[in-house]
Amino acid sequence: MSDSPATPLTTADGVPLKVSLRRAVRRSKIKAFLLVSPLLLFLVVAFVMPIFEMLWRSVDNPEVSTHLSRTVEALEGWDRESLPGEEVFAALAEDLREGQQARNLGLLSSRLNYEKSGMRSTITRTARGLGALEPPYREALIELNDTWGELDTWKLIQREASPLTISYYLAAVDRQLTPDGEIVRAPESQRLHVTLFWRTLWMSLVITGLTLLLGYPVAFLLASLPLRYSNLLMILVLLPFWTSLLVRTTTWIAILQSQGVLNDLMVAVGVVADDARWQMIHNKTGTIVAMTHILLPFMILPLYSVMKTIPPSYMRAARSLGGRPFLCFRRVYFPLTIPGIAAGGILVFILSIGYYITPALVGGQSGRFITNYIAYHMQTSLNWGLAAAIASILLFVVVVFYLVFNRLIGVDKVKLG
Amino acid sequence: MKRDTQQAGKPALKLMVCAVAGASVLGLASVAQAQQTLNIVSWGGAYSMSQERAYHEPWMEKTGDNIVNIDRSANALAGLRAQSQAGNVTWDLVDMLPADAMIACAEGLIEPLDHDELLAPAPDGTPASEDFVDGALGECFVASIVYSNIVAFNSSMFPEDKQPSTIEDVFDLENYPGQRALMRRPINNMEWALIADGVDREDVYDMLETEEGIQRAFAKLDTIKDHVIWWEEGSQPPQLLADREVAFASAYNGRIFDAMVSENQPFEIIWDAQVFELDGWVVPTGKLDKVRDYLYFATDTQRLADQAQYISYGPARLSSSEYVSTHAETGIEMEPHMPTYGPNFATALQKDDEFWADYSDELNQRFDAWLAQ
Repeated sequence: MSDSPATPLTTADGVPLKVSLRRAVRRSKIKAFLLVSPLLLFLVVAFVMPIFEMLWRSVDNPEVSTHLSRTVEALEGWDRESLPGEEVFAALAEDLREGQQARNLGLLSSRLNYEKSGMRSTITRTARGLGALEPPYREALIELNDTWGELDTWKLIQREASPLTISYYLAAVDRQLTPDGEIVRAPESQRLHVTLFWRTLWMSLVITGLTLLLGYPVAFLLASLPLRYSNLLMILVLLPFWTSLLVRTTTWIAILQSQGVLNDLMVAVGVVADDARWQMIHNKTGTIVAMTHILLPFMILPLYSVMKTIPPSYMRAARSLGGRPFLCFRRVYFPLTIPGIAAGGILVFILSIGYYITPALVGGQSGRFITNYIAYHMQTSLNWGLAAAIASILLFVVVVFYLVFNRLIGVDKVKLG
Repeated sequence: MKRDTQQAGKPALKLMVCAVAGASVLGLASVAQAQQTLNIVSWGGAYSMSQERAYHEPWMEKTGDNIVNIDRSANALAGLRAQSQAGNVTWDLVDMLPADAMIACAEGLIEPLDHDELLAPAPDGTPASEDFVDGALGECFVASIVYSNIVAFNSSMFPEDKQPSTIEDVFDLENYPGQRALMRRPINNMEWALIADGVDREDVYDMLETEEGIQRAFAKLDTIKDHVIWWEEGSQPPQLLADREVAFASAYNGRIFDAMVSENQPFEIIWDAQVFELDGWVVPTGKLDKVRDYLYFATDTQRLADQAQYISYGPARLSSSEYVSTHAETGIEMEPHMPTYGPNFATALQKDDEFWADYSDELNQRFDAWLAQ
């Protein structure tokens, strides 16, 4: 063969092979992209955008700067030592009058009330009393409501005039800003979220540990029993998996409550006195029991899929080499199941960190998760900024766990089935 | 001649057919417009049932409208705000508390209402604005009922000669042992704690505005904290009482009444220090024309009186009280079961909506932190 390297290979129509190949590859790439584009679009709309929206909401702070724009402008250059001058009060009166007419003072008063209790009624009452108000506004407004005579009120307005705020994040970790802008811990009577973050984390770890403890032998049986029995067992595992979450949760209430099946049984047998029934629901125990049961399939299935691929001959070989059963298990079988443990572990852990309906129903006070407070701030207190900040922190924690996990075990080793 | 008339008759017939068809289409259109679907948000349970019997069913019979009940009042404010931000308000009429209505009104989520124009006058011609109880008509709010937060107990759990009767008894573990079920919110509990600790009713809210008052209320609650089950849904307290899980439970008086008469439960209500408040309708922004006629109908004197046949909540109209009769199913006299009945009302406290609008953020957080301790 004496092909000169100067003449490149061409296809039948004379196009160099390299170019033709590149075109073909590009075409198939475009096709592939078009095929996945609906899914991609769906992910962007339903997943990426809401997350960015949430992150944005946790720092977004438009209320004061839009609804009190004149006041904020008039406050520029204020010395922060003494009450601002007449022009600031006049601007405030003008702003509130306009807001009252447009009926949009609600968000402003809620926003300021988060930082200083009582601001809601201060603003509503002032706006209502504005009609009869005459200059000089400074005296008139202080007369109407003495909150306007406090230096801290004005410092608060000035501070919250910036379009972004960290107060939601501070509130989410039980910190707050003093009127002078220092970050301090909230008074002890109001510290709540940090405890809940820790509780959510350690209870999720306990639940993950329990599902592993209970799920490992079940998965082993599933993988090693003859098909006839293992199918039956598989149905037993999957049946609760297909049952409604609410049904499973309320069933646990029926079983564990103090007049429930388990307590009745123990009283009947005589283990427990009738007036000393165990409190097993509406506390930590209830949450852990119910969630372990609910999340168990998420541990069993990845474990099973890994164990199924381990040839039984490995264990037999280990035994025939003289290893005692436990040693063979520890040195041969167990290391081979680690990818399954890891997959099940991370799955159960992340799911339980974000769980909210079960702790809400069976958790009582001590078994409550931080997620329940996200729901509370979404639905009841309507402090969506704080809800977004807590949720963002939770998201951050999950991402950190995922990265650590990836570093230690490697996501590519995980098998989900 | 014959042929002529026949030929002349054809276009005439055609015209007639057209006219009939046109009229029927027009007729259909107008019927379709009249028969609309109203999405009405309320609290569910026995309360929604009473609204259905007293307002919805007669209205549907009268107009052919379809009314869909949505049980979302507990989170109505969040729902209104979310729907308004999404630009797609699907609720037509919402039953909510005046405190929520105040906030929704300030945010422009609901319509300001001209009471005399929108509401029916009393049968004797008194204009609506003079026929409602104090505080029942807000800028954007029309109350329909007066209800009450009370503490009830299961009478079979106490000896007959030692039944509790005052709010102090609820905090008295020694003489009245047993678990208590209280709402997992500071609201009502703080008031009761102070009253049980000896504070005068008139001073309760002034007291709660001070740090000292808040601490005093928490200190009183501390004395029973270990014996409390905290409930969150209005349906829980009657259930807990019926299961004998608790001896006392704070509840909405209508739910307890319902369990007493419909299920023959041995419950008793402690009317001492009842915290009463109003509840009623608001109209989401842009929905006023759609619900105008229904609102007029559902808040008239007879309808409010009718509702009291089904649930023991007092009508918010003064003129309704003489029409209040007996319970629809059992025929018992309703009046002694109403929060507004003289002996029941003697030591009543009106919930201060403005106080809770200001302090609920802070106190809820403190309350949760206190619970977590």
